[in-house]
Amino acid sequence: MSYVPSQDLLQQLRSGNPWALGRLISRAEVGVPEARQALAEVYRSAGTAHVIGVTGVPGSGKSTLVGKLAGALRARGEKVGIVAIDPSSPYSGGAILGDRIRMSELANDPGVFIRSMATRGATGGMARAALDAVDLLDVAGFHTIILETVGVGQDEVEVAHASDTTIVVSAPGLGDEIQAIKAGVLEIADIHVVSKCDRDDANRTITDLKQMLTLGSVVGPKRAWAIPVVGVSSYTGEGIDDLLVRMTAHRAAMTDSELGRERRRRVAEFRLQKTAETLLLERFTAGAEAFAPALAVTLTGRGTDPYAAARQLIAKTIREEYSNELA
Amino acid sequence: MEQLLAMDQTPIRVLLAKVGLDGHDRGVKVVARALRDAGMDVIYSGLHRTPDEVVNTAVQEDVDVLGVSLLSGVQLTVFPKIFALLEEKGAGDLIVIAGGVMPDEDIVAIRKLGVREVLLQDTPPQAIVESIRTLVAARGAR
Repeated sequence: MSYVPSQDLLQQLRSGNPWALGRLISRAEVGVPEARQALAEVYRSAGTAHVIGVTGVPGSGKSTLVGKLAGALRARGEKVGIVAIDPSSPYSGGAILGDRIRMSELANDPGVFIRSMATRGATGGMARAALDAVDLLDVAGFHTIILETVGVGQDEVEVAHASDTTIVVSAPGLGDEIQAIKAGVLEIADIHVVSKCDRDDANRTITDLKQMLTLGSVVGPKRAWAIPVVGVSSYTGEGIDDLLVRMTAHRAAMTDSELGRERRRRVAEFRLQKTAETLLLERFTAGAEAFAPALAVTLTGRGTDPYAAARQLIAKTIREEYSNELA
Repeated sequence: MEQLLAMDQTPIRVLLAKVGLDGHDRGVKVVARALRDAGMDVIYSGLHRTPDEVVNTAVQEDVDVLGVSLLSGVQLTVFPKIFALLEEKGAGDLIVIAGGVMPDEDIVAIRKLGVREVLLQDTPPQAIVESIRTLVAARGAR
């Protein structure tokens, strides 16, 4: 089969072809240069979907929750896109992407599109092309897009800069572990979910989180959105409807408000920074290969110093490439 | 072609699927692990999937290779359905391979349907890796 141009795929995607959507996500992930123009158009026409970030420690029940949430949104008639991220092996670069096993009830529903992604060396709990995938799903007509991060530790908070509403999932029974992450990922939640709330010890976790939030509201700055804590059991279905209500309320709070405008500006700025970082790194790596050996010779002979040589290397690799952009 | 350059550095994406009532997944898990350790992105379907579910997953995940593991003897029922669905969804360029245990005459039959490689129970993991790499390299950019 011959190579289908990305512009053609974009047209097919707009008319609801899932195969074209899948293929364009792949091209974004690979970074195919031919697809860049089509993806630029996608970014410009995206921005209507409600993007929900879901994060939490490994095994907290993120994928199962996402599956249940998607089911509930489907029952309301919404089309749901899911981008589920799992870690790549730091040794082989390979990955086992197992999130969709927990969402198997959705496999035959044409109103649901699930894409698994590996981190491929990206940090922050996300994959580099995850946001391109979100935009593509948006343009393909999915109303709600759920972005599920890898199981996180303490400082993988990027998802908060990539979503309209961020849900942090905590599992009961982690005890002191909760304390350990309190300074990091718990701070980014717009909504806290305590999963597995059919378990006896879930109430304790809910209380812990509520107390932490109360303390925050006493000593911290005044917040325009009161962060709720919702107990959910994906097993019994308890709490799912409540969570949907909170999600809708948060979305409403972000619509036509200073809070929402600020959030969207921050999201855009973050995207800009991340993209610039990627470009600089690519350019620098290529340039370093070309210019570093000669500079190293001078450096070896003590004809320059590391700081000056590094400045020269940066100037050589980056200046010529981007000097036109300011014109 | 510029897109070929990008292809080379990209992990091959593979969907490994168990279809029907077959509950034997030891083999497919070994294969999943071997492919992961060879640097591939592996999506495992879990047990008891239907051909519809498998094809929908393959399309959404846009995998390079779909590997179907069968130890229940239903290959002559499953593969015609899978190929018909792939065609219907425009995913005719997907590389389909089979693994497990099956009679020689069935292997001939499913190869005729379009199965590109049949890797039976005693295939060394490295041979599976090589076979997938060769098939994907021969297909080229997409």
